[in-house]
Amino acid sequence: MTSARADRLVGRSVARREDPRLLSGRGRFVDDIELPGMLHAQFVRSTVAHGTITEIDLTGVRQVPGVVAAFTAADLALGDITARLGRPLSEFVPTAMPVLARDRVRYVGEPVAVVIARDPYLAEDGLEAARVTYAPLPPITCEEQALAPDAPRVHAEAAENTLVDVSLFATEGIDEIFDQAPCVVHVDVRTGRQNALPLETRGAVAQWDAREEQLVLHTCTQTPHQVRTVAARCLRLDERAVRVIVPDMGGGFGLKCVVGREEIAAAAAALRLGRPVKWIEDRKDALSASFLAREQHYTARAAFDADGRILGLDTEVVCDMGAYSCYPFTAGIEPLMASAEMPGVYKVPAYRVRGRAIATNKAPTAPYRGVSRPQYVMAMERLMERAARELRLDPVEIRRRNVITDFPYTGVNNITYDPGSYLESLDLCERALREAGWYDRQAAARAEGRHIGIGFSCFSERTGYGSAAFAQRKMEVVPGFDLAEVRMDTSGAVTVTTGTISHGQSHETTMAQIVADTLGLDFTKVKLHQGDTDRITYGWGTFASRSIAIGGSAVRLAAGRLGDKLRAIAAAEWGIPPEETELDRGRVRRRDDPDAALSYEHLADTAYLKSHLLPKDIDPGLTATAVFDVHNDGTFSNATHGVVVELHEGTGQVEILAYFCVEDCGVAVNPQVVEGQCRGGIAQGISGALFEQITYDAQGEPSATSFMDYKVPTAHEIPEVVIHHLETPCAFTETGAKGAGEGGTIGAPAAVLNAVNDALRPTGVELDNTPITPETVHRALTPRTPEQTP
Amino acid sequence: MNDTTGLGDDVQLITLDVNGTSYEVISAPRRTLVDVLRHDLRLTGTHVGCEHGICGACTVLVDGLPVRACLMFAAQAEGARITTVESLADSGTGELSDLQRAFTEHHGLQCGFCTPGFLMLAQGFLAERPEATKEDIREVVAANLCRCTGYQTIVEAIDACATARRSQRAMGAEEESCN
Repeated sequence: MTSARADRLVGRSVARREDPRLLSGRGRFVDDIELPGMLHAQFVRSTVAHGTITEIDLTGVRQVPGVVAAFTAADLALGDITARLGRPLSEFVPTAMPVLARDRVRYVGEPVAVVIARDPYLAEDGLEAARVTYAPLPPITCEEQALAPDAPRVHAEAAENTLVDVSLFATEGIDEIFDQAPCVVHVDVRTGRQNALPLETRGAVAQWDAREEQLVLHTCTQTPHQVRTVAARCLRLDERAVRVIVPDMGGGFGLKCVVGREEIAAAAAALRLGRPVKWIEDRKDALSASFLAREQHYTARAAFDADGRILGLDTEVVCDMGAYSCYPFTAGIEPLMASAEMPGVYKVPAYRVRGRAIATNKAPTAPYRGVSRPQYVMAMERLMERAARELRLDPVEIRRRNVITDFPYTGVNNITYDPGSYLESLDLCERALREAGWYDRQAAARAEGRHIGIGFSCFSERTGYGSAAFAQRKMEVVPGFDLAEVRMDTSGAVTVTTGTISHGQSHETTMAQIVADTLGLDFTKVKLHQGDTDRITYGWGTFASRSIAIGGSAVRLAAGRLGDKLRAIAAAEWGIPPEETELDRGRVRRRDDPDAALSYEHLADTAYLKSHLLPKDIDPGLTATAVFDVHNDGTFSNATHGVVVELHEGTGQVEILAYFCVEDCGVAVNPQVVEGQCRGGIAQGISGALFEQITYDAQGEPSATSFMDYKVPTAHEIPEVVIHHLETPCAFTETGAKGAGEGGTIGAPAAVLNAVNDALRPTGVELDNTPITPETVHRALTPRTPEQTP
Repeated sequence: MNDTTGLGDDVQLITLDVNGTSYEVISAPRRTLVDVLRHDLRLTGTHVGCEHGICGACTVLVDGLPVRACLMFAAQAEGARITTVESLADSGTGELSDLQRAFTEHHGLQCGFCTPGFLMLAQGFLAERPEATKEDIREVVAANLCRCTGYQTIVEAIDACATARRSQRAMGAEEESCN
């Protein structure tokens, strides 16, 4: 039941509810929490990439003034964190991640012991006194080493260091298609290892609450209920005895949607010592020893007919997942995503794919905004560009001939795509660039010998993964549904509780917009509560662009049910059927008498304080709950990005001159918030395309341990983005919204890479890897003299 | 040992002037200004993003100029006027300042973690350079890191605030000349 108000809030850029406290320094982030008697944890971390631990001597640590305790794995005896897929051993090898390393270390930075002291400075003093000796083993630092026959094993149980090896699709006769195709193009695409890099590092404050018989774990996680599950299992507590509370969170981007080891160790120390324990990760650990992402290698080919229509796609992807499988997603997260969805927005009639996850002696990986899609979109878009060149077609035209236009469309990957605006966004993006004069300017610049290039990327993004879609991955833990509770108190104010958890996405605003519209209620009367496992039975948190599509739908359903109850109470008072009432601006009105209305305050008063007046079939109180799940393949947001770059000869610098984004995420609950997600996502995509990378040397030592050697772009490097919106509402979410959290990041690397290649066109050089470093560009732009030719 | 003060043996008494209030703090000499602000004075609006002076989340004003509070020992700030994000809104009513309002109007923040640093950076910069152009502002905004917004809306917010202040000043000058 919708409100009768014309002034709906959904679709309007309402000012954010979160802003006043965040702008005035009154937010509460995890490091802002201070408890009486609180101690501070820091971790002794492995200094070798691969080795067996021969001795851990913490005697010196315990003598450092201010150090209260120091624990090893043997001291704490915790359960391991093990993520599983329900696949045979030939496809997936489960590996246990101990909370603290027991006998083996597998990456530089792996936690070996925890030091607890009176303050963080003293805890760091303690770290310096730790003596850990290792018998080094040969480190595996790249795909070639990992997959070599007889390679040393990161995990004894994983032969050839292969954790996942899945061949999801193989269209019959695909080899013949390639043999007979008039045009076959190949790419070899590698993408650098990145850190999702929320500006707030990870952290936790753990405390035993004796009265509630509960461990209260404040931690900045995107998945509070999953942290509760793992904490309870590792600590061998009933799940009831763990309460996870998420305070304000300084970004996550996926890095915080997996369960970390340190928050569990801090909790164990708090239980052991009977005092609150805080752990705040420093930037060095955050960069090199938390969770990384994105290092993939695609070997792909595509067959085209003479008109540029795709006949087949054949690809292998190897994802370097580092030392451990993350919980709950497993090392399958990247290869399974890439395998299932690589055909993307294009009509691909034949498809073969093999996806592998390999273990290396590097920090483990977590999902990072876009998960595989920035990379497979890059591989696909490189194939399109290469075919366009081969067939002498315009890059936009070849895409036009291949994008899906008839919906719903069931692809060769067995996924059914709901309606989107693939062709429309492509056309609009090209037109925007043309009307802004960029094609003319490029031609003029080329005549002057300048290197200006225009590049596009076309993609869709599956959002609103319900349990059906996640189940196809065969995760042992299957995310999908979400739950909402909407409660009205005696003053008529509304509390909404969700299982999703905003960390920049503005849910306090957007969820309140949905509830205010549904109930016909003043926006300021609605307050969202999130991120507390004791406030809601279960939830899957915020990742995979699921919150508005799924969480928002649950909220809308629950608010609708609360509205129904308000109408039922009013109808009972009037002695008429509920159908003859409607919600309007904080009141229930009679349809047959515009002047007759009962305020929500009045109805709440009846529901709670005069419940004797209620008919027998209406329970006292004003609470409604709802669960929402998506039972099909999910809903696809889509976009086209168009980028103009200039390459500078002297420095090899890639300057972005213009950036256009035409996006369609269905109904935008709050357009300003959607634009914010786009711009921020694009900035992160550009970061991956041009700047960010953590490399490892032959000893497995990470290159980046500070912002001095991990280049995070600033306002210098990130351009202004022109955004155009299209709106193809989703038919099965309650608000018509699709997810909007990741698209920007997905489209940017391919568009930037294509633009760079367009700028390089006169040189004949083509680049397929990211990040595109100044060295690479400089080399490509420097004509080789015969002596320099290798 | 039941000492929960977190103090070592080597402590000193320092006096800090923060947002116009004088505080006496017993602190170890190695404690940074940002740690003293956050954990001793409980002014937790100033955030810590890197502890090595790159991200700027800890930016505060010291004698009116933006400073990385993670790179300064608290003892070094004795005798200086320190201004933090807590000073921007009206202390009585909580009403946001024009700069803060510009950030919310332009959606210049998402998670809000870097925001206090950008606010103080802009506060110090606009006081010094009220005539700054949007390009000047973009240049200064490049001093700090934000991972959520892509910076565009931060630049727009600060530019809008600067523009509004200039037109207000012009109107004020006009009124004055009329009187």
